[in-house]
Amino acid sequence: MFYREAGDFKTSYVSDSQTFPIAFDRYCYFVTLFIGVVVLPFVVNDYIVSAILAPFFIYSIAAIGLNILTGYCGQVSLGTGGFMAVGAYSCYKLMTGFPEVSILLHVVMAGAITAIVGAIFGLPSLRIKGFYLAVATLAAQFFLVWLFNKVSWFYNYSASGQISAPERTVLSIPVTGPNVEPWAMYLICFAFAFISAVLARNLTRGSLGRTWMAIRDMDIAAEIIGVNPLRAKLTAFAVSSFFIGVSGALFFAVYLGAAEAGDSFGIQKSFIVLFMIIIGGLGSIFGSFAGAALLVVLPVFLKLLGVDLMGWPTDLVAHIQLVIVGFLIILFLVLEPHGLAQLWRLGKEKLRLWPFPH
Amino acid sequence: MKKLILITTAALFGGTVAMADLVFPSLSYRTGPYAAGGTPFADGYADYFTLINERDGGIGGVEARVIECETSYNTEKGVECYEATKGEGALVYQPLSTGITYQLIPRASADGIPVHSAGYGRTSAVNGQVFEWIFNYPTNYWNGASIAVKHILELNGGDISDKKIALLYHNSAYGKEPIPTLQALSEKHGFELDTIAIDHPGQEQKSQWLQIRREQPDHILFWGWGIMNQVALQEAINIRYPMENFIGIWWSGAEIDVVPAGAGADGYKSLQFHNVGSDFPVFDDIEEYVVKRGKAAGAGDQIGTVLYNRGLYSAMLAVEAARTAQELHGVAEIDASMMRDGMEALMMTAERMASLGLPNFGPTFQVTCENHGGEGLGAVAQWDASAQTWSLITDFIAPDLEVIQPLIEADSMAYAAENNIELRCN
Repeated sequence: MFYREAGDFKTSYVSDSQTFPIAFDRYCYFVTLFIGVVVLPFVVNDYIVSAILAPFFIYSIAAIGLNILTGYCGQVSLGTGGFMAVGAYSCYKLMTGFPEVSILLHVVMAGAITAIVGAIFGLPSLRIKGFYLAVATLAAQFFLVWLFNKVSWFYNYSASGQISAPERTVLSIPVTGPNVEPWAMYLICFAFAFISAVLARNLTRGSLGRTWMAIRDMDIAAEIIGVNPLRAKLTAFAVSSFFIGVSGALFFAVYLGAAEAGDSFGIQKSFIVLFMIIIGGLGSIFGSFAGAALLVVLPVFLKLLGVDLMGWPTDLVAHIQLVIVGFLIILFLVLEPHGLAQLWRLGKEKLRLWPFPH
Repeated sequence: MKKLILITTAALFGGTVAMADLVFPSLSYRTGPYAAGGTPFADGYADYFTLINERDGGIGGVEARVIECETSYNTEKGVECYEATKGEGALVYQPLSTGITYQLIPRASADGIPVHSAGYGRTSAVNGQVFEWIFNYPTNYWNGASIAVKHILELNGGDISDKKIALLYHNSAYGKEPIPTLQALSEKHGFELDTIAIDHPGQEQKSQWLQIRREQPDHILFWGWGIMNQVALQEAINIRYPMENFIGIWWSGAEIDVVPAGAGADGYKSLQFHNVGSDFPVFDDIEEYVVKRGKAAGAGDQIGTVLYNRGLYSAMLAVEAARTAQELHGVAEIDASMMRDGMEALMMTAERMASLGLPNFGPTFQVTCENHGGEGLGAVAQWDASAQTWSLITDFIAPDLEVIQPLIEADSMAYAAENNIELRCN
């Protein structure tokens, strides 16, 4: 009824190819943005930000990054944790090496450094694919974590091997360190997630995104029609690693405040981000957000429900959570391989016909 | 949905009604590769507060409430637990993880909630001039390293200049903590130091033990935790390493670490900063007030084990600090900053421990404004596989503060400079 294309006339190419062609979608999007920018900063508290919103946005950025590589370009990667570590450690080195430069620039630079590292580790993808590539990226994961543990230059020779974020400000408001206000932490994560999503969305719609998808769908055919696989694969690795690096930098500097490679960026991280894009939906920016939301909110929700309301033992709830996440993954792989994003698409299709389905 | 909202409001209401109690969050881990260590500790911690509530009606007449939050020894979850519980009026955090402690040091200092890391955490938090909110009495890792080396000195008649000591450690903030001290000690005593890292979670240690076989160290110091301990013990037996030369830190010396290795583990040593066994009057009270009333935490099968005792000991120190705070401020319902004052004025004497039913359970110590770490005494315990018991084989030994104090100065001052902290206690 209200969710339809009819009556919404597009008079230019720009308006015809916009992200949200349906007016109702567009309004929803602006309302969400409005709530995100104007309402939420005034109502969030410490707990909501540090338990739900900050990890949600940061994992979303990582999921967008991995989705570009795995969902759009079809290159399976298990190195996400390692690339997040690159982002975190380069952010730390930049923060301590150039304290006068803005933290925002440091986060972007950390992303750029990760992009270079990612492109280097992406080189094997020119020769191998599928399982073999997954194993090669797994090697990157272990190598990077080992490197950050072994070479003490990366953690400024601190005795504990930990890196901890000094206080840095944006417009003289602290955004890292212990004195961060919850709304400041929220806004910086929101801003980076928003910009990443817009960037990723437009990259994947453009010619670059099409070359990635061509490689994903059939690399030989893509090569025959003139897609350069070297360029497509390496740009996918670089762009994907850029986002993952940004998320790693935020994860360390804004969210955790202190980190160590093995504990914060282990293989566990790689898997959780992979689960996010599988549950959320491969090859979809919305799916990255949906998957991150589910896997960040679900444990917190289960804990509230099990421990605080039902009074169950904490270990039981922790185990139930593992069971549920595992079950969800199997369920999605079997029933809806395209994840939450596909459910969302189907829902929209249905809504278009509502209330008069054929 | 309606029901859920109803329950939520009821829970919120319940929360506000029950405000008149002393909240002690327990960031425990009963799942994951470190559950073997985390479970007995959490049980002991909870049981002692239950005992205080059941027997004495709380601390100074105010009931203690323990909020348990599962961290899986994971720093991210630890931070979430901290944020979730700090609003409930938490008095002190004992996260039982060096990684989580490092996370909480700046946060808790900013929020004004004390952190107590008994025998773990950041060693240089001993310096109360810099770390106002952080305490690590009765001892810490650098003291542990020094006590272990002192014990090795004693075994070798005071000369270890031709010896080789290997440090086998958990590759994290926890395991790396003793390295600077051991380096300083190796310079002082002339022994050769070899550091061998084991990555989390440590189920696979073949290459590390191959390295040990090749390098033939005379003594091994071991900083392991969780499943890593059991594997290391088994591997040491496999290469027939002499057990009496294998010394674990206090986190690598519980029953659960040595029992799976069987008779081969006989003679393995570990450090302790409190006594072992259940031969103390307080355990009769626990049996009467906690176990018999069906209020024992967890499965209730850990009572009297080394790590249960440590949880009990940590809870006892928190209760005594709260009591001290109540006396200092003359109010029963203390808040976190009063708790901090109580911790800073805490004095554990032999009489006090005896009156608590824990005679000679831990070393005597006194916390001051400058010294948040106590005197740092520790003892060596040895495992008897046939009797299945740990027993202390030395008195509580004092660490070599001559070496440690300058290191603490340097590290804490660097932290103060980094974070623009003004020195206190002047």
